[in-house]
Amino acid sequence: MSKLMGLINLEHEHEFLEELTYFRCGAAAPFAGRYRLIDFTLSNMVKTNITEVAIFTSRKYRSLMDHLGTGGDWELARRHGGLFILPPDWNDPTDISRGDLRHFHNNRDYFHRSKAEHVLISGSQFIANTSYDEAFQQHLDTGADVTLITTSIQENLPEHTAQLRVEKDENGRVTNMTNDQNNHEVFSNAYIIKKDVLIDLVDQCIAFHRDHLLLHGVKENISKLNIRTFQYEGYSFFVNSVESFFRHNMNLLHPDAYHNLFFNNSYVKTKISNQPPVKYRHTSDVKDSLLANGCVIDGDISNSVIFRGVEVHKGAVIKNSIIMQRCIIEEGVHLENVILDKDVKITGGQKFMGSPEKPFIVAKRKVI
Amino acid sequence: MKKKRCVAMLLAGGEGKRLGLLTKNLAKPAVPFGGKYRIIDFTLSNCTNSGINTVGVLTQYSPLILNTHIGIGKPWDLDRQYEGLTILSPYTAKQGGSWYKGTADAIYQNIHYIDQYDPEYVLVISGDHIYQMNYEHLLQHHEEKQSDATISVIEVPWEEASRFGILNTHDDLEIYEFDEKPENPKSNLASMGIYIFNWKALRSYLVDDAEKDMSDHDFGKDIIPAMLDEGKRMYAYRFNGYWKDVGTIQSYWEANMDLLEEDLSLSLNNKEWRTYSEDTNYPPQYLEATAVVENSLINSGSWISGTVKSSILFECIQVGSGSMIKESILHPRVTVGKNCTINRAIIMENVVIPDNTVIDGADYDEPVVINEEYVEQLT
Repeated sequence: MSKLMGLINLEHEHEFLEELTYFRCGAAAPFAGRYRLIDFTLSNMVKTNITEVAIFTSRKYRSLMDHLGTGGDWELARRHGGLFILPPDWNDPTDISRGDLRHFHNNRDYFHRSKAEHVLISGSQFIANTSYDEAFQQHLDTGADVTLITTSIQENLPEHTAQLRVEKDENGRVTNMTNDQNNHEVFSNAYIIKKDVLIDLVDQCIAFHRDHLLLHGVKENISKLNIRTFQYEGYSFFVNSVESFFRHNMNLLHPDAYHNLFFNNSYVKTKISNQPPVKYRHTSDVKDSLLANGCVIDGDISNSVIFRGVEVHKGAVIKNSIIMQRCIIEEGVHLENVILDKDVKITGGQKFMGSPEKPFIVAKRKVI
Repeated sequence: MKKKRCVAMLLAGGEGKRLGLLTKNLAKPAVPFGGKYRIIDFTLSNCTNSGINTVGVLTQYSPLILNTHIGIGKPWDLDRQYEGLTILSPYTAKQGGSWYKGTADAIYQNIHYIDQYDPEYVLVISGDHIYQMNYEHLLQHHEEKQSDATISVIEVPWEEASRFGILNTHDDLEIYEFDEKPENPKSNLASMGIYIFNWKALRSYLVDDAEKDMSDHDFGKDIIPAMLDEGKRMYAYRFNGYWKDVGTIQSYWEANMDLLEEDLSLSLNNKEWRTYSEDTNYPPQYLEATAVVENSLINSGSWISGTVKSSILFECIQVGSGSMIKESILHPRVTVGKNCTINRAIIMENVVIPDNTVIDGADYDEPVVINEEYVEQLT
């Protein structure tokens, strides 16, 4: 059986979450009560029995490194292989590479050392709970150079605008990647590629001073490469803006969505913490909400996502909001359509309201 | 190897007969507790929080789940290269082997484990009590009194004193007598089963005791009385916090319910004294529009559509709509159907309660324990 190695390439993911990404990269943004966005991709790789995963990151990665640690919580703390977080430490004086090719060029060893013959490359913004076993099997069976993981969308939402669409011929071979909004087969930004093809494309891109492996390496060689697609049928979505971040957190409050994302496959892995169960006190009233462990609740919460260790005091009301780790909401506070980043404290009696389209965001560690 | 100040020996081999069904397939220290923990987590967390990093865990009765839970001690930061946590099960050797015949015998058979560290003191604790205690304070007390043995005690109500091992002391807490379950107690200081010994002294008493055929090889019955008889310096250490021996179904249920109280010295949310446990990767808990939850602890992965009052719910519990859970403890992965009423019950792991079931523990002397067979009889 051929082996697969993993790569999470964050180079082209800009910081899209306003205040939430002032001090962290998008991949490290908290999501769904106890996760970071990158947990989904990373867990999917681990579920595919990938035992070596590299992460290309060049900015605001402190929070990401803190979250991932040794990779042990994803079972990636290993004698051989495991997790490689590769921030830019580039010392090659002859280096002429650009864009994400700089990562590939300067981390060639990662690919050369591995016995794997195929590489799964992914970003962090495609959220699903799956394994890529079937996709990999199909990749091997068809002998494709590249297998693009795609998904078929029901309707065009704002988060789909920038996603590439895939065109195929009658044999299923990819003929073009476009921005055609009428084409509903959307590329997930995850693909499996033969390692030697990858290395060739990297060399070629660098030689021609190109700066984007997917667009200039894979896409421009569509006619020369055998590119196939694997369509993922399960529940999935993209998080690439404040609007989609908010909407998809809120979507998880629908029983079907919650079930489909979390219970249809083995559990999504994230950093283990050590929090006690949620404590609901006598005056609490909680409905239609997700809560992570460590919270102590005296107040009213509806339609909200509450992260680990949040305190909601008596008489406080939280509606349609996302409250991140260790926030303290004091007595009589009223919050609606609000996103509070970690460690925010809202002092007694205040009222904050945003709109579902434009939630009110409070940055980390503010005391208001 | 460097001499160690203190090695902890944690007795975790007990069967806990009086816990009935709860300990049918697992050791008492491994019984689920507090919505997320197992009983032994409190003692192991005490070790970590007290700076004790060498812990021998003595196992015997039905140890599989206990061993799996403890593993190499990682949740308690006891996965260390030279010290850390070691599971000490009964073994055979050249001269034969035997089960642990009592608490003292369990330590005796592991003298070679303790000797490796050449410790000044040995802390003997057990894995079936719920409390948060800094053993460093006990150790300091022991050193100050230049004691050979120090026993941690807690004041119990006089009327209950005859159920405990009572220590009679002078005003300076020096122990002159040990009374096991006295009819007419002279003191209300009960032994908590937590001892510190000078290792040299204890070692010789263990060796002597092992040679006595008539001995029960028990700390309370044999070792402590023998040391008192020979006039060893023995002091009591007064502990003022919350402490509970969860020996019976009733006390197990009470100790769980105590976690819902606010004014105890014991708190799971105390950031200065964390209670560590093996952690899981279940998604956040989900409360539906129909959910009503009051005065309860609920762990991750749970999906609540009904009403939950004054109850403890472990991970991955489902409570269907129209159901009412009150003063109950639901162990991991319990599913409660629709329109059920459950009062004062302890429902064991993985049990599925069908729709419209009524279980009322108030019909019984103590909270009722529900397993799969009980449910089969219902239907």
